[in-house]
Amino acid sequence: MPADHWDAPALTRDQVAYLAGLARIDLTPAELDHLAPQLAVILDAVARVREVAGEDVPLTSHPLPLRNVFRADEVRPCLPADEALAGAPAVEQQRFSVPRILGEEA
Amino acid sequence: MANLTRLTAAELSKRLGAGEVSSTEVTEAHLERIGAVDPAVHAFLHVDADGAMATARRVDDRRVAGETLPPLAGVPVAVKDVMATRGIPTTCGSAILAGWVPPYDATVVARLRAAGLPILGKTNMDEFAMGSSTEHSAYGPTHNPWDLGRIPGGSGGGSAAAVAAYEAPLAVGTDTGGSIRQPGAVTGTVGVKPTYGGVSRYGLVALASSLDQAGPVTRTVLDAAMLHEVIGGYDPMDSTSLDAPLPPLVEAVRDADVTGLRVGVVRELGGDGYQAGVRARFDEVVALLSDAGATVVEVSCPHFDYAFAAYYLILPSEASSNLARFDAMRYGMRVGLDGVADPSAEQVMAATREAGFGDEVKRRIILGTYALSSGYYDAYYGSAQKVRTLIQRDFAAAFEQVDVLVSPTAPTTAFRFGQKLDDPVAMYLSDVATIPANLAGVPGISVPSGLAEEDGLPTGVQVLAPAQADDRLYRVGAVVEAMLVERWGGPLLDRAPQLEPSA
Amino acid sequence: MRVASLVSYEQALERYDPVLGLEVHVELDTVSKMFCGCPTGFGAAPNAQVCPVCLGLPGALPVLNERAVESAIRIGLALNCTVAVECRFARKNYFYPDMPKNFQTSQYDEPIAFDGWTEVEVDGRSYRIEIERAHMEEDTGKSLHVGGATGRIHGAHHSLVDYNRAGIPLIEIVTRPIVGTGALAPVVARAYVAHLRELLVALAVSDVRMEQGSLRCDANVSLRPGPDAPLGTRTETKNVNSLRSVERAVRYEICRQASVLGDGGTVTQETRHWHEDTGITTPGRSKEQAEDYRYFPEPDLAPIAPDAAWVEELRETLPEGPRERWARLQAGWGFSDLEMRDVAGAGALVLVEQTIAAGATPAAAKKWWLSDLARRANEQGVEPAALPVSPKQVAQVQALIDAGRINDKMARTVFDGLLAGEGTPEEIVVAQGLVVVSDETALGAAVDRAIEAHPDVAAKVRDGKVAAAGALIGAVMKEMRGQADAARVRELINSRLVTVTPGSDLASQ
Repeated sequence: MPADHWDAPALTRDQVAYLAGLARIDLTPAELDHLAPQLAVILDAVARVREVAGEDVPLTSHPLPLRNVFRADEVRPCLPADEALAGAPAVEQQRFSVPRILGEEA
Repeated sequence: MANLTRLTAAELSKRLGAGEVSSTEVTEAHLERIGAVDPAVHAFLHVDADGAMATARRVDDRRVAGETLPPLAGVPVAVKDVMATRGIPTTCGSAILAGWVPPYDATVVARLRAAGLPILGKTNMDEFAMGSSTEHSAYGPTHNPWDLGRIPGGSGGGSAAAVAAYEAPLAVGTDTGGSIRQPGAVTGTVGVKPTYGGVSRYGLVALASSLDQAGPVTRTVLDAAMLHEVIGGYDPMDSTSLDAPLPPLVEAVRDADVTGLRVGVVRELGGDGYQAGVRARFDEVVALLSDAGATVVEVSCPHFDYAFAAYYLILPSEASSNLARFDAMRYGMRVGLDGVADPSAEQVMAATREAGFGDEVKRRIILGTYALSSGYYDAYYGSAQKVRTLIQRDFAAAFEQVDVLVSPTAPTTAFRFGQKLDDPVAMYLSDVATIPANLAGVPGISVPSGLAEEDGLPTGVQVLAPAQADDRLYRVGAVVEAMLVERWGGPLLDRAPQLEPSA
Repeated sequence: MRVASLVSYEQALERYDPVLGLEVHVELDTVSKMFCGCPTGFGAAPNAQVCPVCLGLPGALPVLNERAVESAIRIGLALNCTVAVECRFARKNYFYPDMPKNFQTSQYDEPIAFDGWTEVEVDGRSYRIEIERAHMEEDTGKSLHVGGATGRIHGAHHSLVDYNRAGIPLIEIVTRPIVGTGALAPVVARAYVAHLRELLVALAVSDVRMEQGSLRCDANVSLRPGPDAPLGTRTETKNVNSLRSVERAVRYEICRQASVLGDGGTVTQETRHWHEDTGITTPGRSKEQAEDYRYFPEPDLAPIAPDAAWVEELRETLPEGPRERWARLQAGWGFSDLEMRDVAGAGALVLVEQTIAAGATPAAAKKWWLSDLARRANEQGVEPAALPVSPKQVAQVQALIDAGRINDKMARTVFDGLLAGEGTPEEIVVAQGLVVVSDETALGAAVDRAIEAHPDVAAKVRDGKVAAAGALIGAVMKEMRGQADAARVRELINSRLVTVTPGSDLASQ
């Protein structure tokens, strides 16, 4: 996706389809149709942040100024395997059974 | 029995402590009330009668045995369905989690259990806490007890409605951009968003990790303080938890003194776009505070005008990542694909998320994916994080001049179902006054401020305090509540229409 | 590409200059996981070491393992990195069934350690490898692929996922492009991984068992026409599970890429998979688009700001590197660079160290190990360390000399005895009656006889040619059958023949 389009926040249907792919949501054609304009309206509203977000303003990623929050390297009780698997759509050999993964290697 | 449901949690606590009534009776009364009115209100997604009664009985046994119990032991509570409750279905208002039963308790829930509060059930909400009306629940909306044709606010409409309809004396909600406070305002109840980090997020299904907080939903300020003291405090299971004791909240309520307190009215919150009746009630409260000895000035927080925009970039971004785990592999819904005999994991993921997520969730996930994507990060997410800094600075500057800030909680009273569904931005604007507090991490309370004359519906006043000064919310809230209740001759909720038990 | 049509390695190196990049993932040996208290032991029953956090259940939150941070810092320090003043975790967002949250909690533009280097020795030559970064991340679960022919993902019907491994702390170490290795590229790659392994063992942060996956290597290879040309397109090869594989995979990729380029094609930037059995790499699944990971700072974890005092404390815990050790020994022994190299070259560094520890002076330790003992080792075709003479015994022999009980010549006899297994130095000295004659009268008489027997030599000594006394000393030693202290004999000769002039050579002796 080209990186110089931020100043044209209107999202095209194709862009929405691409984003849906990244987000693993199989949007229907009808959804693609009505989402794009809705998102564009929202983006119009929110693009305002650029107006005040000057170069010299630091970003806040955490509202609290916490640092160095650690825990000791100690073992704590786990879930029993049957509880871990209890909500699983499919279980086999005490593992989560998932459909075939397209995966990394051809 | 019906009288028991009209009592506040503080009153119930007193009677339980004095042995005048048992938790079993109290819990049973509330379960009956739920049975009577919830078909119309639909505040609850799941009622755990057996679990609640078992807890009630245990508490009664311990009390009879002479044990000293925590103050709220035996007082029933409802929990927003966004919090993990072991053994009780947790859906977050979403179809994708239909039937999911967590194998663990959220820390907040564990604290409720440890304090002996029977958990009545899980309350309705906008799906994954995204919304301002509870219309985005996959399980149907909750109805405002003041007018069943209107929304109860959102995302925590279920908790607020449950408390407003006397189905529970206490409820726990979560607030990411106003989801406790705004429902409080439109249902005539009290809602508190604690300081970020003041209440554990462990077990709270994340919407926006840097904005979410759990907090009390009640009918009175004292009840909220009591509940806040049960659920709040440091949790080592939450890395964003504040390792500091809570300030004395119940004490602040009992003090109820604002002499010499400096109160700031935020210029940017409450002008045009706010309903006339909302503004009128707010002005009255400000005058009351003045009468009670507070000094009132106007303050300007200029970047609050950008809070809405920053929020609707930060929230979807974090949410798009937080909701990625719902992929049909380990829990929750898994769908097959029409006409595809042997779908891949990727196909199953995409089809399930399509089927299991509602429109608003999809909207925000796509928006968030976009805001984080390569080439757009700096312009959108990055810029929003800068605005966040500016808003924190606005608060810091304001709190040098004043001790608390006040504003109307929400721009309008409860609107009708469907009124804002087609216009997402119009819906989002319900949160315009509550959002700044979440961005900065400061605490806020909504307290009923009266009915708007144009529609006879509840309005709320919001009080904001510096981070970790939650006691100031309770102090001011208690004063406002006391003065208004005196003026009204009774709590605002007394004027709500009586709900007829459903057939 | 079929193996048969590949250019040979030599041809590839004639035409191209290989550039390497190595990414190594280290599984830390903490007892609990990165973000939760689940145990990390290998080999447990599937999904028996999981909890809401590492399963990514809705509502779960991470809490950072302090020991993992400590290990990360120590690894960074051992690689001469700068430790970040402040850094954060970031979410790397992508979907994969072995990732419970469908994002990996990792570090993106703020690694905990960066800009380091390490040195690897290959064939006596030292290669400096620049380390771009070392950062913290969490491991994924493990999948079993069911129903395919080979148990691998391709052609599998479905997969079974075990999340025991999910959340185990990983440190990823990334090199900068490694240039200038030429034909030794595969060997250098292997040596680097082996060196890293030793470092990690010495740090005691991981059990670094490649076959168990606690040390994983991805090899990046690219070719360019010459060392001054810009970098070529690189491929990344995964599934390199042993040191041997590292070397073989790099070698193969060089040949493969050279063949592609030689045929006029271009190298595709892709991830490839190494097959140890067939000795080739195959391409990964081609993706329609490059994955956009949408990194952003992890809001659920607080930033890490290791204070300087803590970092220094951790620096103290580092094992000494080879260079530091060398420098320390050299300074302590007062040896020149040449002397140090001689000792190391003879394979005697540790032996000399131990001999000194047993009480000998550095000079004495060096003398014996580099002369007599080195010679004997050579004769027997073994390393000096393999001789049946211990550093302690060498120190004992020297002690006997220092006490005046034996001389150097006798010492050699003692060594013969030690090598023959005749007992301790003391026992051998006694058994063979090795004792230095210290009777002054007898010595004096022997000196007089030698002077008388060699008047011309004596005259030279009188004239100031001090060195000529050596012949007289030899004569005395011969008469005494080696059982005299040569230094004392020299003194006696001098006292009879030499008038000490202030400022002369003798005066300074």
